[in-house]
Amino acid sequence: MAAYIVRRLIWVFFLLFVVTLITFIVFNVLPAADPALLRAGRQPSPELVESIREQFGLDDPLIVQFFRYIGDILPFVGGDGFNFGFSYQSNQEVLPQILDRLPATIFLTTGAVILWLSIGIPIGMVSAVKTGSWLDRLTMGIALIAISAPVYFLGLVALFLFDDSIGRFPLLPGSGAYQDATTFFGKAAALIMPWCVLSAAFAAIYARFLRGNLIDTMQEDYIRTARAKGLSERRVIFRHGVRSAITPIVTLLGLDIGILLGGAILTETVFNIQGIGRFAYEAIVRFDLPVIQGTVLFGAFFIVIMSLIVDILYAFIDPRIRY
Amino acid sequence: MAAPLLEVEDLRVHFETEDGLVKAVDGISYTVDRGETLGIVGESGSGKSVSSLTVMGLTRARNARISGTVRFGGKELLGASDEDMRKVRGDDIAMIFQDPLSSLHPFYKVGNQIVEAIQSHRDVSKAQAYDRAVEMLGLVGIPEPRRRADSYPHEFSGGMRQRAMIAMALANDPKLLIADEPTTALDVTVQAQILELIERLQREFDTAVVVITHDLGVVAEMADEIAVMYAGRIVEQGPADTIFNAPEHPYTWGLLSSIPRMDAPRGDELVPIPGRPPSLIHLPGGCSFHPRCPFVRDAHRRVEPRLDPVDGNSRHKVACLLDSGTRKRLWEELQAGVKPGDARRDVIGIGRPDADQPSQDAGLDAPRR
Repeated sequence: MAAYIVRRLIWVFFLLFVVTLITFIVFNVLPAADPALLRAGRQPSPELVESIREQFGLDDPLIVQFFRYIGDILPFVGGDGFNFGFSYQSNQEVLPQILDRLPATIFLTTGAVILWLSIGIPIGMVSAVKTGSWLDRLTMGIALIAISAPVYFLGLVALFLFDDSIGRFPLLPGSGAYQDATTFFGKAAALIMPWCVLSAAFAAIYARFLRGNLIDTMQEDYIRTARAKGLSERRVIFRHGVRSAITPIVTLLGLDIGILLGGAILTETVFNIQGIGRFAYEAIVRFDLPVIQGTVLFGAFFIVIMSLIVDILYAFIDPRIRY
Repeated sequence: MAAPLLEVEDLRVHFETEDGLVKAVDGISYTVDRGETLGIVGESGSGKSVSSLTVMGLTRARNARISGTVRFGGKELLGASDEDMRKVRGDDIAMIFQDPLSSLHPFYKVGNQIVEAIQSHRDVSKAQAYDRAVEMLGLVGIPEPRRRADSYPHEFSGGMRQRAMIAMALANDPKLLIADEPTTALDVTVQAQILELIERLQREFDTAVVVITHDLGVVAEMADEIAVMYAGRIVEQGPADTIFNAPEHPYTWGLLSSIPRMDAPRGDELVPIPGRPPSLIHLPGGCSFHPRCPFVRDAHRRVEPRLDPVDGNSRHKVACLLDSGTRKRLWEELQAGVKPGDARRDVIGIGRPDADQPSQDAGLDAPRR
């Protein structure tokens, strides 16, 4: 197990290196703008642009720039610990800005995960057990709609309906409310709409996924055995059926959490939540390369770490798996 | 005489499908006495598994139409409430299945799975149930049962898994054990061990056993009674000795001559039954075995045979339209090594109106060429 984890961690570093390299290549080989110009502000003198170019080594060969960037990130190589460079826009360090926005993204993700699990899993179970019933058809029909509705559409509809300043039924704090809220509950209230909007598609996907899994599982021989030994149907479904059917959900959940921690770009943008996703979005719009690289690297980091955690968890969930 | 332990009467299990009504089990009757062993033999699709799952109340498909009676210890099981059936399952009637790997839950330890079976019927503590589970594992011949109870099914070999299944099935001391192809998924060397184990435990626990198999060899040693099923019906039924020594149904002959025998001379060919089991939706008219029967006559395509006693022997019943004398002669011929097609010419040809018509013969012989 320990050897496996070490092996996987080496992979994590390799993957993050590759991700960084690809991002770097994409933005430097196909540049949309001159970084030095961006940095220099409005109508700069050519001397200023030139000095910026020199200061940041933008004239150096790309490979030198790349390894300087990597060296700055690694704590023991360059000068001052973890340094993801400086934003072209604000001239501030990238890492503190990301960490500053992380809580909002974590809060958004956690709430949404809890919400979609507590909606999706019961619905999936009920529709699997009552396959073909009107309840099954109804919930699966709604699920299909929820999967098909994109967040930016659903989000705008939600704002249009419930935003407490512009909505038809002004019930809930809307766009930008998260920044304004100061208390925990105030922030939570501000996230009610984003949580619901973000969860809708996930809850639907999880419900359908669990339903399919559980229907398959209930055909297994060991379910027949469980019935043959005289267990109550409730026990057969929950202890024998759901126990197996829910296992693959762990994989799905791990990856989804990883993806969302890297920034729920659409949700954060629609609801103007200053999280990592919003940060990345703004950076892309302004071609703020250090920030783009930082957020991409962070997103990749969460995904590979979550998939490592999932694989380790699996060994505990499924006794057949040994590393 | 006391009522039999299990009485199945005119059991029918039909499934409504889009293609039509699948008559998986179509009016079978049998009884099993206490401590007795019944072997139900047939090809896949003959309805042998469905009939016993129905006895257990495990035919759950919504499109299933079940009729007839299943009495266990005098109590009617068909139509009993879910809770009543749950109490019967695993306590009065236990079941083991074909594939012991897929039949045990992969995520739970073997000991705990047995504990679950015990605790769902007995009001005992977990520790007591666990001790009983370990005892049962020892009884079915698993070495170091206390240590092995703490293992997962995938850590067991195939034979051990089936032993564990048997331990689980017998943990509540059931009166009837239904073994559905208990050895089919196992290595040949392990098969005999498992059958021996079932026999030994049957004696120790005085359990009645229903063995379902496609392999007459499996029931040769264990069964007291044998019922041969074909296309959802019993075509021959009788004491095991009679079925093996004086079978009267051509299908039984086919089953018997397709088993390899140690005492047969080298180079002796096995004789397969030609053709395939019929569709259960569109059963052949008349005797449903007629398309595969080497001894078919024209009338057999129209008249349905009934399961009637042979020579007034109420224990031996056959559903065949040939008369008993002809059947006995045919069996003798086959025993003497005459191939079915030739036996037909010799014996059946006598008095057969269409015996000289080559066209029909060619048609009948076709599958054998």
